Amino acid sequence: MRIIIDENKCCGAGQCVLIAPRVFDQRDDGIVILLDEAPPKELHAAVREAACVCPGAAIALEERP
Amino acid sequence: MSAELISPLPIARTCPYAPPAEHRRLREEAPIARVKLPNGRTAWAVTKHEHIRTVLSDPRFSSNRRDPGFPSLSREPPPASDLKPLLLELDPPEHGQVRRGVLGEFTVQRTQALGPRIQQIVDEHIDAMLAGPRPVDLVQAFSLPVPSLVICELLGVPYADHEFFQKRSATLVNQQNTAEEIGRAVGELMMYLGKLVAAKAQDPTDDLLGRQIRKQRESGAVDYEDLVSMAFLLLIAGHETTANMISLSTLVLLQQPEKLAALQADPTKTLGAVEELLRYFTIAEHALGRVAREDVELGGVLIRAGEGVLLLANTGNRDPEVFGNADELDLERGARNHLAFGFGPHQCLGQNLARLELQIVIDTLFRRIPGLRPAVPVETLSFKDDATVYGIREFPVTW
Ligand code: HEM
Ligand code: SF4
Repeated sequence: MRIIIDENKCCGAGQCVLIAPRVFDQRDDGIVILLDEAPPKELHAAVREAACVCPGAAIALEERP
Repeated sequence: MSAELISPLPIARTCPYAPPAEHRRLREEAPIARVKLPNGRTAWAVTKHEHIRTVLSDPRFSSNRRDPGFPSLSREPPPASDLKPLLLELDPPEHGQVRRGVLGEFTVQRTQALGPRIQQIVDEHIDAMLAGPRPVDLVQAFSLPVPSLVICELLGVPYADHEFFQKRSATLVNQQNTAEEIGRAVGELMMYLGKLVAAKAQDPTDDLLGRQIRKQRESGAVDYEDLVSMAFLLLIAGHETTANMISLSTLVLLQQPEKLAALQADPTKTLGAVEELLRYFTIAEHALGRVAREDVELGGVLIRAGEGVLLLANTGNRDPEVFGNADELDLERGARNHLAFGFGPHQCLGQNLARLELQIVIDTLFRRIPGLRPAVPVETLSFKDDATVYGIREFPVTW
């Protein structure tokens, strides 16, 4: 899995940080920071959930088999 | 798909824990339907989870609450206002610019720093309840003052002014008050916030207003008027909403003691429980509106430019296609894809603060007042069925 974030779409509510704090963080101004663009398997479920609830559709996932 | 709801909104609930049956019928039979509003106009009611997310993320729908087509539960047209539009009312691209200006104040990290103060505020109000007479109205003694003081903390309202601030903000949310009384309280609060902002300009303390002033100075001129309206918006958006969630959550947990016991046995479950309580109650059932800026086709229905759309999010949050046993309060559900804070670019700015307040309240209230219970039969409680934001008017409790 590879994660691509679009800072311009991020509206900074921080849902991704709550769900997957090892993968996402927020800058001081609230915009998302990607800590790990290819997280280990055990975090995939949380990352998928974060992408689904992100209100700005700012988290895109490239799933590779 | 052209079904109409004959009775105008708002419709009285038969169960305080579920949106009216008519809303559910709409979701099942006509998920995008015309409904009548109290002012005689019509709007589109959207009741499916997927459609609500679509509308709330589509920039062709506007948040301009001053547009005559914007759906409102009020009989009167919105009072003419010379106030600049609030963040809540802005559309892109202005919306994103203004929101990014304050976003940093609401990060997960910054919000968590308020935890110890919130705990203190909650404890002080429980101390006062325990020392006072029984029964007591939980709404006045606890649910309303706690979030109002948290907003004081956030903004940096000095301690000496807390009582002034809290009295006025309580007047604002009491539907029993006349428009004139509410108008006076709004005027006094705006004047107060104006003075507060001026004081922070002299001495920019380490709080939201002080930091905003310092930041704006670095990048040019400070817009004092904007800071006053932002402070006011935080009060109107974050006070009664959180208060209603506190009262409703307390009631339902008291009524389902086995669920409360499970929570108390394992405090790591509280945050998940808060998420489910938010979904279950979705108090913004009547609060999410938009107006179409152009013709939009949605789920086979043509919404014309200028028509209003109401997103019935509580009904959407009971959509069986998204949530199994959706009408059941399942504190271990672990679902976060609910619409209690809206969706899209306007999704609640204060959501992490609201989560933290509710978490601290639930962890503290039942532990410190173990015998807490309703002081009147629950059937006699009065719920805000017809209000923009759902809640309980008065909740006498004893212990
Ligand atoms: C449980 C309590 C709360 C609920 C259920 C709630 C719900 C909502 C909802 C549904 C919206 C979206 C409105 C729309 O899209 O038109 C919203 C927006 C907003 N909320 Fe909350 N809210 C709560 C607490 C708070 C708190 C504590 C604050 C801040 C102190 C706050 C500040 C805001 C602001 C500023 C907006 C406007 C954001 C924007 O337009 O970009 N809310 N809230
Ligand atoms: S959930 Fe989406 S909008 Fe919110 S902070 Fe993360 S990337 Fe940004």
